Amino acid sequence: MNLLPRDGVRLAGLTPYLQAAPLGAILVVFLLLPMVVLVVVSFFDYDSVQIIPGFVLTNYRDVLGSSVTWRTYLNTIRFTVIVWSITVVLGFGVAYVLAFEIRSRTMQLALFLVCTIPFLTSNIIRMISWIPFLGREGLLNSALLRLHLIHQPLEFLLFSDFAVVLAYVHLYALFMVTPIFNTMIRIDRRLIEAAIDGGARSLEVLTQVIIPLSKPGIAIGSIFVVTLVMGDFITVRLMSGGQSASVGLMIANQISLLQYPAACANAVVLLAVVLIMIAAILRVVDIRRDL
Amino acid sequence: MSGLPLGRWALLGFLGLFILFLYGPTITILVLSFQGPDGGLTFPLNGVSLHWFAALFQTQAVGDFGGSLARSLALATMVMAATVAISVSAGLAFRRRFRGSQALFTLTVASLIIPSILVSLGVGLLFSQAGLDPAWDTSAFGAQLTWTLPFGVLIMFAVFNRFNKAWEEAARDLGATPWQGFRHVVLPIIAPSVVGIALFGFSLSYDEFARTLLTAGSDNTLPLEIFGMTTNVTTPVLYALGTVTTVFSFIVIFVALTAVSVLSRRR
Repeated sequence: MNLLPRDGVRLAGLTPYLQAAPLGAILVVFLLLPMVVLVVVSFFDYDSVQIIPGFVLTNYRDVLGSSVTWRTYLNTIRFTVIVWSITVVLGFGVAYVLAFEIRSRTMQLALFLVCTIPFLTSNIIRMISWIPFLGREGLLNSALLRLHLIHQPLEFLLFSDFAVVLAYVHLYALFMVTPIFNTMIRIDRRLIEAAIDGGARSLEVLTQVIIPLSKPGIAIGSIFVVTLVMGDFITVRLMSGGQSASVGLMIANQISLLQYPAACANAVVLLAVVLIMIAAILRVVDIRRDL
Repeated sequence: MSGLPLGRWALLGFLGLFILFLYGPTITILVLSFQGPDGGLTFPLNGVSLHWFAALFQTQAVGDFGGSLARSLALATMVMAATVAISVSAGLAFRRRFRGSQALFTLTVASLIIPSILVSLGVGLLFSQAGLDPAWDTSAFGAQLTWTLPFGVLIMFAVFNRFNKAWEEAARDLGATPWQGFRHVVLPIIAPSVVGIALFGFSLSYDEFARTLLTAGSDNTLPLEIFGMTTNVTTPVLYALGTVTTVFSFIVIFVALTAVSVLSRRR
């Protein structure tokens, strides 16, 4: 009988493993193994009908040796830099107003929900919904025409790089707002009062107190935006009307041509680039205390 | 903080414009989905009708709307249930340090930041290399969980960071078994967050596109069907579909938020 308590202890020691096992199993089978498969298949050979198991470096040689790849990467990074710059300013501004200008707690929560709810609706529908606004006969063009600001419809509004960037900002700005808002509401208000008492002006409070203390949120938001834009293909496909390219779209095209090993090599390179970018962000800002 | 009232109004105006930017386009297609039978994809409205909503339910007009909707609802429910169960369980585990906890946490965060198209491609290839047919309820189910689980686990993380263990200890001291302690003490306290996780699980699955694209096999989910439509449908039926799924999403969000507020108040 006196074995029982020890059994209980042993069981208690096992508990966290049993509780974590389902999460571990799902992530191993549907994340880790697939990434291993990506790497393995990236060394396979292929012809027009099938994948041929083997170990060849031709896929990487094709990916890295092609000027199309380099141009596509540059274009994707250009999108990422533009979208990141816009969303970080927009996201910071919105989070700032929510955290510091809205006084009532209920109102703050309500407006925060209003700013995050679109995240739980369909991205594709949100992209499509720009068509009646930006199109040749869309709302914006007809308004500008009626105001005599332009004499011909602006063609660059829809199916262009402009439309792609606009859609990205529309889709991903909330990935900036949420983490920045979360760090901002945890800033001790007494620090701000102390700064004001110490003679700091509004701008100085912003640059010396609020921005430094919001850095972890900015970093988390940046990681989201950078990885989402770097890996995107559907926004570019829908909003550029086939005019623009991205790495994700290049991979998707290779997949539709059944060139799986080439797509995998491309995917491995993309993964490496994304991880390097995240490492760079984490080197600048320590987000651990925010997790 | 705010100096001049003028500056404050400018900031509030900025927030208002941002909200308009978020919702404006959606409202536009909502209005245009009531376009008359002869109307096009842009304004002006050529009469007002329910024509395009009716067209939605004629299968020949828009592929397999009914079938894909049914699959999406079933899949979202499965993903929701699995996300809640697995996240809560993992959240309980992470309250203690165990061997591999750091690695598991890193893997969870990695799951959030690895581009969706890579997960989709990897899971699709894994299934085909293993000789299995990808399907919406197997491979797509797993691929979607890699997107919903990190959100669930991180929410549980935040909850248990603020959780007062004294309640649970009190229950144990009063003779409650671990299960009773969880069922009658921990669960009621974390209930609002659990509803939040359920909402994330359901909604993210219901709208997921990239991770489903190469893993759903031969039967489309609704977002895949909508994507197909964007390339070959040029009538407001597309907007009607957008309106229906957006309104549905909003109903789901509203129900979940109501549940959260009721559960929080009861506490």
